Amino acid sequence: MAESKTYSFFLGCVMPNRFPNVEASIRLVLPKLGIELEDIDGASCCPAPGVIRSFDEPTWLALASRNLALAEMTGHDIITGCNGCYGTFKETLLEIHEHPERLKEVQEYFKGLGIKFQGKVDAKHLIEVINEIGIEKIKKTITRPLNGIRVGVHYGCHLLKPSKNRPWKQTQRHTFLDELVEITGASSIKYKDKFLCCGAGGGVRGSQVAVSVDIAKEKLDNMIEAGVDCIVDVCSFCHLQFESSQVQLNKELGEQKYQIPVLYFTQLLGLAMGLDPTNLGLEVHVINTQPLLDKILS
Amino acid sequence: MTDSITRETIDNDAIDPDFLDKIVEAGADRLRTCIQCGTCSSVCPSGRRTAFRTRELIRKALLGLKDEVLSSPDLWLCATCLTCLERCPRQIKVTDAIIIMRNMAVDEGFMLPQHRKASQKLIETGHAVPIDDANRAIRKDLGLQENPPTTHSNEKALKDVREIMKRTGFIELIKEEEEES
Repeated sequence: MAESKTYSFFLGCVMPNRFPNVEASIRLVLPKLGIELEDIDGASCCPAPGVIRSFDEPTWLALASRNLALAEMTGHDIITGCNGCYGTFKETLLEIHEHPERLKEVQEYFKGLGIKFQGKVDAKHLIEVINEIGIEKIKKTITRPLNGIRVGVHYGCHLLKPSKNRPWKQTQRHTFLDELVEITGASSIKYKDKFLCCGAGGGVRGSQVAVSVDIAKEKLDNMIEAGVDCIVDVCSFCHLQFESSQVQLNKELGEQKYQIPVLYFTQLLGLAMGLDPTNLGLEVHVINTQPLLDKILS
Repeated sequence: MTDSITRETIDNDAIDPDFLDKIVEAGADRLRTCIQCGTCSSVCPSGRRTAFRTRELIRKALLGLKDEVLSSPDLWLCATCLTCLERCPRQIKVTDAIIIMRNMAVDEGFMLPQHRKASQKLIETGHAVPIDDANRAIRKDLGLQENPPTTHSNEKALKDVREIMKRTGFIELIKEEEEES
């Protein structure tokens, strides 16, 4: 790609600390699309919109503003690969833009720490940036079409909602991620309740794990019913939910019913770009990806 | 013969007339327009499998049943999927209202132990989900920096993050909870 743009890459918690393989695939694939990534030295938890925001909203707003400020000071917009972090930044920016006194409040908390923040930075999800590049340009990077691969696409919640504060053309029944998945040659398979939550957010996975896993089970059952080869997601927390819940469900069942490989979007796109599965982190998954790789590489 | 059906009545003492005002002031501005249609409950993924009923929660908030709402573990069954907020015919920010009530619950000392633990991790490391040895090894194998370039490898940054949490009162809030337990 001729033109490239640099973003401040916000990692969050779950991606670097539980799924570094997802991080590796993002660092490998995005530059091939002309998206350059710069680390945000000293970033913290976003903090999580359903958890820390639920405990103490002013702390959530202040720490989110600090992360935004670190990017703002470098002059780049934030890019994130987690729906939760994305939600935190979108809602924080809206709050300080609509209520200037809230910006003053966080600036007060930053006094003497050398953190300058005006709220001028923007925050984007990496799938939003990829979507802006456009299907035709991305198509040119495909060297190994994934024909015949059946994908269960999972958008997640905070990527799409609240729709009033999101950039998508539609407010429901979105298709942009399905279209991006299908650039690779794979097929996005229709399944029941596709827009259902993964069940991880809001502190539910953390405190009421049985309820959380049961929500994931409903989605997984629907995908099994539709006959998918893999799940493709764009959120590190949804990713954790699908990887971990399958292990948990198999343990409870005493059989290996749940074996759907869970891929992050950049892992799928990377495979279609002809990149080495090892470098895309596909060998360190919780659910074995080998059956899928055999199908693709054979 | 005594009536086998007991009538549950709401005690006047249980009603806090300020409760609703406070939720509305904190940002759930259309809450009073709720018509109890139940759309929120019908689209709720948690409500599909538990006794959690968003409509009931909102009704109780409208009635001012502060203690009952804030002490209920049901308040923590919302996965914040935002579907109710999208579908509400009165455009009530239902999820925001729940988050506001959760903040009030924590203020009153109602916090689940797992949530306190996650908050302690945030205070200790700057991450609610911090790195561990297994993932350090995976990072290294993948050619990534062993500790991510976050508060995990920047002491000054961690100090700043803690200072901010001290100033917002978060460290005190979590500590108070510890003492109470």
